[in-house]
Amino acid sequence: MTGRQLQSLLGGLARVLLPVALALIAGAVLLLLLGKDPLAYYGYVIKRGLLSPTGLQASITRTIPLLTIAAGLIVAFRAGLWNLGVDGQFLLAAVCVAALAPALVTVMPVLPAILICFVVAFAVGALWSLIPALLKARHGINEIISTLMMSFLGVSLANVLIKIPFNDPTTTVPQTATLPVEDRLLRLGDTTIPCGILIALAAVLLVHVMMERTSLGMKLQIVGANPRAARHAGLNLQRLTVVAFALSAGLAGLAGALDVLGVHGTIRADWNPAYGILVIPLVFLARFNGYAVIAFVFFFAVLMIGGESAARRLGVPNFFVLVLVALLMIFFAVTEYLDQRRRSRLGV
Amino acid sequence: MEALFTETFIAAFIFGAVTAGIPLLLAGLGEQVSEKAGVLNIGLEGMMLVGAYVGFVVAYLADSFFLGFLAGGLAGLATALIMVLLCVYWSMNQIVVGIAITLGAEGLTALHHHFQFARSYPRLPKAETLAIPGLSELPYVGEALFHRNGLVYLAIALAFGLLWVFRRSQFGLNLQAAGDKPAALDAAGVSVKGTRSAAVLITGFLAGTGGAYMSTVGAGLFLPFMTGGAGFIAIVLAMLARGHPLWVLFGAFLFGASLALTTALQVAGINIPTDVIQMLPFAMVILVLIVFARHSYLPPALGLPYHRGER
Amino acid sequence: MTPSSPDALVPADRDGDNEIAVALSGITKRFPGVVANDDISLQFRRGEVHALLGENGAGKSTLMSILSGMQRPDSGRIEVAGRTVAIGSPAAALRLGIGTVYQHVLLVPSLTVIENLMLGAPWWRRCDRKATLARFDELRDLLSTKLEPDAPVGRLSLGEQQQVEIMRALWHGEFVVILDEPTSMLTPQGVEELGTVIRRLRDHGVAIVFITHKLKEAYDLADRISVLRLGKVVGSLAPDDLRRRSEKEVIDAVIAMIFGRAQEDAGLKDTLLGSAHKAGERAALAKDLPPRLVVEGASTLASRGECPLTGASLEIRPGEVLGIAGVDGNGQKHLAEALAGQRQLSAGRIELDGDSIQDLDVIARRAKGVRYITDERLDEGTAAHHSLAVNLVIKEIGKDPFWQQGITKWGKILGHAREKIESHDIRTPSARTAIGKLSGGNIQKALLAREWSPDATLVIFNKPTYGLDLQNTLRARAWIRGGAGAPGAAIVVISNELDELLDVSHRIAVMNGGRIVGTVEVKPGAEVEIGRLMTGADSAPAGGDEAGQQTR
Repeated sequence: MTGRQLQSLLGGLARVLLPVALALIAGAVLLLLLGKDPLAYYGYVIKRGLLSPTGLQASITRTIPLLTIAAGLIVAFRAGLWNLGVDGQFLLAAVCVAALAPALVTVMPVLPAILICFVVAFAVGALWSLIPALLKARHGINEIISTLMMSFLGVSLANVLIKIPFNDPTTTVPQTATLPVEDRLLRLGDTTIPCGILIALAAVLLVHVMMERTSLGMKLQIVGANPRAARHAGLNLQRLTVVAFALSAGLAGLAGALDVLGVHGTIRADWNPAYGILVIPLVFLARFNGYAVIAFVFFFAVLMIGGESAARRLGVPNFFVLVLVALLMIFFAVTEYLDQRRRSRLGV
Repeated sequence: MEALFTETFIAAFIFGAVTAGIPLLLAGLGEQVSEKAGVLNIGLEGMMLVGAYVGFVVAYLADSFFLGFLAGGLAGLATALIMVLLCVYWSMNQIVVGIAITLGAEGLTALHHHFQFARSYPRLPKAETLAIPGLSELPYVGEALFHRNGLVYLAIALAFGLLWVFRRSQFGLNLQAAGDKPAALDAAGVSVKGTRSAAVLITGFLAGTGGAYMSTVGAGLFLPFMTGGAGFIAIVLAMLARGHPLWVLFGAFLFGASLALTTALQVAGINIPTDVIQMLPFAMVILVLIVFARHSYLPPALGLPYHRGER
Repeated sequence: MTPSSPDALVPADRDGDNEIAVALSGITKRFPGVVANDDISLQFRRGEVHALLGENGAGKSTLMSILSGMQRPDSGRIEVAGRTVAIGSPAAALRLGIGTVYQHVLLVPSLTVIENLMLGAPWWRRCDRKATLARFDELRDLLSTKLEPDAPVGRLSLGEQQQVEIMRALWHGEFVVILDEPTSMLTPQGVEELGTVIRRLRDHGVAIVFITHKLKEAYDLADRISVLRLGKVVGSLAPDDLRRRSEKEVIDAVIAMIFGRAQEDAGLKDTLLGSAHKAGERAALAKDLPPRLVVEGASTLASRGECPLTGASLEIRPGEVLGIAGVDGNGQKHLAEALAGQRQLSAGRIELDGDSIQDLDVIARRAKGVRYITDERLDEGTAAHHSLAVNLVIKEIGKDPFWQQGITKWGKILGHAREKIESHDIRTPSARTAIGKLSGGNIQKALLAREWSPDATLVIFNKPTYGLDLQNTLRARAWIRGGAGAPGAAIVVISNELDELLDVSHRIAVMNGGRIVGTVEVKPGAEVEIGRLMTGADSAPAGGDEAGQQTR
């Protein structure tokens, strides 16, 4: 490796790792202010989330929905679209699948039932993005607001569905019928990791390849880079907007199916893990690169699993993770800004 | 069905509409100021939440609603400072920073609340009200509209006040220029960054005050994430109001009404599940967006940072 | 402007030099990779029109932005009325009495004239309409214009908007006024009126700095000419010099300053002068062939701030270059987009080689040989952060050989780029360089390379030489004149520089308010006829009806 290549590699690494380090440090300060020991917290998180066998498996399992949603966000963000409705798309699809699966497995073998559920989940997610997509494509309505509204709407609607039509009458707590364990996604070997992880990884890698090496990917890139140039080049912006939204939201829906079918088997009312919003800064940090996204999402899953454990043991509630995410985003933006300034000063 | 038209129901309904509408009004007016100047403030929800928490804590500790409002406003302003530094001065992406502010506010307020009040869950007494003589005796609307906390009257007056500011003050001209063509404002010798900073800080203050009202007067307590999307609804209000403060006033009460429907229906003894009612405001927003799609207008320079002399 | 009248050349009583308003010494300004201003020393005197002459890229805009407070110099001294000052911001410049009239009008479209003029007062005050109106009336008399204070600026013509800017420049005291390429947006009549205003201001004692790349203009208007090239002042012509010499001598002197020697290249001279008539050098047209392009009654829908087409009609024969003349904002952009397929017609038809194409989209029209080089190179023509290679195939996404069955063939794309870099002399570090990093001239070469096709049937050029330096300008014009490399194609050239159109076109169509108001064969005397046709354009609003509609 030449000196210049090494320098640019190190520079790239710095741009990526610096925000993470800064966020962790700022988080440590916050913990100190709350009277908690940051080293103990972070140490505990690593221990429980990464180093213990059960913890590691839980982290990898948690990666499944996060990664699938991240794949969807890569598509949307690279096409210049803010799909902030991922949580609504996720939950609504999850609820539909949670209701559908137990019914299907009584009339057909598990495999086709699961595949049908995947398709349904993708479709539900994609359909839930249709209104914001059309509002944007036809009238230029800012999709940040429309997707957020649909998200709130979707979460409420999901709750209504759980509590009324999809409610399992046999349980005291409102929830959908539980999918029997033997009908859920197969585990890998004798771990507790559902094979959904393979699907999630495939999703990210396929999205990456699509964006980089196909004509559809190039079209979406141009739309994201400069919509006017896209129009000048003869691209059909309306169609591409709807397609990008559908892919993005469909993947969020698929994430919901993977979570239900692989892990929980049922959805309780008032459950909203809000994975989508948490994944957004990770996708930015990874600069929309598929491989980097996998690394970041896994690191984050470790943080979530370890953090949930720490909430019980060390009394640091999981709200702390929200703050860390916010810090990550801010430091990411700051690092990018300083990097830009440095570059323009050097005339690069 | 007759239960719907009793005075109790209607009075409760209007009362609730005003209670829910005031935070939307304040935050919406604030967002309108920002948007006029060309800044899209997605962090509004976070600023409201910070105001709600700080306002509640101060009102509780100092035993004064007024100080609570003030503290909430200042807390919102402090949060807006982050936006000023990162977006106006350092020209960072307004959306990324806005989302970060909202998430951070959610996490920080919930975190602090957990450590301070999660066990005690303090409540505030009912807020003082100011009765407008004569009007407050009207049937149906008297209590609901004219026997309210002072901030309600202030907020409504603010809508008219902003109307004047936008049309007749130099500052209003500067705001308009900053959002329409910042280069022209710069060429006229007025600081674009200064104007935008002022706009964002005003937004933060108003959003924080609105949040404080929500927690101290509206609920009497603080719950993590209690703003529940009100900030985003306020952003929609500002976008649809096309620069007219009075439309924000109208829209705020319209959405406030849909938010208040749950309690009012309960009072009337009608039993519709809460979750269905909760869908209403957001469904309304989507409906309004669809119907009025062609008519929303945003300043040309919205969301674009200003760089002097850029090609 | 009547150049033949001696009064226009001899400034009113000037014995000895006037008082210096602004003096620059050793001003230097660097940007990454280029020295925009290199040790420049100049004086601007009261009651004198001082022209800064130079091609695009010579450093005029940078100097102007330093004087107007938009940029600060890296080194050097600025003295205003004898005092050394630092002009740190536009506000500071205005306080010093230095007003700037920008090339691209910097007014807020949604505010009225009087509101735009009120901008700049302390922010805590309420609008003081009375005081502002008083000053407005004063200046209105000085400039002798017919502006209405309550007219929304977005609805004014470009000439009227410029008048508002001149007012603003004079607002804080009629001391120094800088005009940056002020004639590029005006009709010939508007240019004359501007000349009158400038002379009035000069006689009033204002120091006028006039920035231009057209020698003829400088010669007609200025008392003193300083020539810039590559960031340096390469020569000056003082008032007595200018008075003594004939037009031809001045031209030769300027050219000698620019190139360091006498130049016999007539093309260079004519381009500098802005008066090129090449009636002899264009390809002869076969007069009896049917037209290739027929546009009849074309109308488009108005969109915010843009003038739509309202029944435009034109015809172009094979191999003919049709120039579209007109002040910006008379429907030219819509015409270009309608021809290219980017904008649908609401009425009318477009026929290419007898086939109706108005319902075809951009890609389908490209397949029929339509090519469009847009004026907005970075905002519309390219994706600035993508590589040159990608931008060269941006209109072929999904097509053979660059994409096969949807898969990107990077090898083919890069190979194609290397070919084009070679054949069109595009200066770039590599084919993978982001196109936004290339110079304006090279981006234009890339666009020309992308759109070039020997089988093209219709080629649309929108402001092809905007912002280019002299060399590239000449090259582009020669290319267009020669048929744009597509024998027999119909060629449309849209430009607001009349001399450019006279240089390259067979005929020139004048646009006004979204329709073609007349077509003129290019031959001696064409300018006068075109000016007459454009004169109606002076009263047309600059934008469409949508402009300035947002109420506060």
